[in-house]
Amino acid sequence: MYYRKYRLIVPFMLPALILYFVFVLYPYARAFYVSLTSWGGLSSKMPWVGLDNYHKLLNDQRFLDALGRNGQLLIALPLITIAISLTFAALFTQGGQGVRGAGFYRVVFFFPQVMSAVVIGILWTYVYSPNVGMLNGILRNVGLGSLARPWLGDSSTILWCILAVAVWSSVGFYMVIFVAGMQSIPTSFYEAAVLDGASRWGLFKDITFPLLWETIRTCLIYIAIAALDFFTLVQVMTGGSSTGASRSAEVTALYMYTTAFTKSRWGYATAIGVVLLVLTLLLSVVIMQATKRETYEY
Amino acid sequence: MSVNTVQPTPTPTIEPDAELREAKSGGAQQLELAGGKQGLTTLAVITQIVLIVWAAMVIFPFLWMIMTSFKTNVDILFSPWKLPPALEWDNFNRAWVQARIGRYFLNSFIVIIMSLTGTLFVSAMAAYVLARFEFPGRSWLYYLFMAGLMFPVFLGLVPLYFVVQDLHLLGTYHGLALVYIAYSLPFTIFFLTGFFKTLPGEVAEAAIVDGANQYQVFFNVMLPMAKPGLIAMGIFNFLGQWNQYLLPLVLMPNENRYVLSEGLAFLAIQQGYANDYAALFAAMVITMVPTLVVYILFQRRLESGLTAGALKG
Repeated sequence: MYYRKYRLIVPFMLPALILYFVFVLYPYARAFYVSLTSWGGLSSKMPWVGLDNYHKLLNDQRFLDALGRNGQLLIALPLITIAISLTFAALFTQGGQGVRGAGFYRVVFFFPQVMSAVVIGILWTYVYSPNVGMLNGILRNVGLGSLARPWLGDSSTILWCILAVAVWSSVGFYMVIFVAGMQSIPTSFYEAAVLDGASRWGLFKDITFPLLWETIRTCLIYIAIAALDFFTLVQVMTGGSSTGASRSAEVTALYMYTTAFTKSRWGYATAIGVVLLVLTLLLSVVIMQATKRETYEY
Repeated sequence: MSVNTVQPTPTPTIEPDAELREAKSGGAQQLELAGGKQGLTTLAVITQIVLIVWAAMVIFPFLWMIMTSFKTNVDILFSPWKLPPALEWDNFNRAWVQARIGRYFLNSFIVIIMSLTGTLFVSAMAAYVLARFEFPGRSWLYYLFMAGLMFPVFLGLVPLYFVVQDLHLLGTYHGLALVYIAYSLPFTIFFLTGFFKTLPGEVAEAAIVDGANQYQVFFNVMLPMAKPGLIAMGIFNFLGQWNQYLLPLVLMPNENRYVLSEGLAFLAIQQGYANDYAALFAAMVITMVPTLVVYILFQRRLESGLTAGALKG
């Protein structure tokens, strides 16, 4: 029996293990080594340079600017996304006899989440477009024509316009998660509070929010990691260019991609990848610690 | 909800509906206690207004895109707001043939057939072993796969490119499919391991008593029982792999082998010069259709599966 068990275990585990090692674990592990070399161009030589790449990164203004943009996203993206989706979820579950058309809204709100980010990026590029775009069209039609501008061609607005698209496409997803969380809170809690004369806001603040806290912090980490890995929307909405106003939206992942695949500076680009990893892990730990609260079992 | 042709399972991760409905009706009751009739209606009206505005913000750009895909280039530029006077089906023809969206579509299709079958097959085998067999190092293996959920793809991107190149897989269908499979393993194995654990063991034991070997038990008994889980992961991975952009961008450098997302982004840049906006919008609609169909057919299942994954992953 003992040996017969392994006749199944080995061939069943092997395909997954091989693929996972070759295409996931090995590249990840190798990245640490590559980041310590000045490997570049077509050469197969990997001259060891120690921590040189990391030193250079500290003085690379373009990298620091990109990282700063991720920092802005890191603050804005979770706050805005969670605020909107939590509000929607609260309206959904507290709005009386179950909101009218709840099914319809869920289907609609969730939809952008499953759409290709490339389609969304191109679509919004045209929404923001200076002449034929929907946004300027609306502004002109309601008499706010003075606000119309080339949204993606202006270095002061481009990053925030792209951020708005990210919020737009993920709000529905987080709303659905929060609705599920809110609906699993026992109604007896609310009933007891109502008997004590709690207001609707009081119910949300003192019951819903604390009991939902575990869910909220999971989502917080999720969105924070997404803010660090931000890539596709920027790449598509700047048309792959990194000059002019587009430079004002260059995020770390995009800079890494350009450094690797247009400039062939493999070692340097990989060092950026390692920095992204360290920041991701650090961020998860910090958020976990900072949002630690008493948990409530129910 | 009724569009699901597959039998729903009683696993909480997949069909939490019954539970939710119950909670919802309780919630309504609670509000009647909470506020007077007046307060309730005001809140209900505000709620509806807020929700309708957001729904419009989501739907309107998509409708605008579909409408634009049926217009002539002249109409797009000079009357972007008006409905098209006639449906320009030729836009779709130009997108499919001249802009080569048909080619990209075919590439995506070939890759996804291979990667989706592979993902489900390889993950199901590994998850089955991890869920139902005791052996030394089992939990170690499980956590090894789970570790893959934490790392950013960008970390391994450059080494991955060279691994694929060294294996002569750069720009090939099966190369991209293998990478898709590898990157889909952590979440799919995580989900399916949980799923296999919930399946009852009696049927498998009965089959062994009847003289079936371990392979027959897996293929004839366990795999059919795991169908709902496999379908959930099939939909999830279909959307993830169909919409994938970064990996093909790096691993499919040859224009002839571009997948749809990559080809569309390429087209968007080109169209800026060629000024054939109509074909570009038609191409976007073509790209959207498979996702839209899958979404509408499996919306319920997808929503609960994705959110369950997000909360546990």
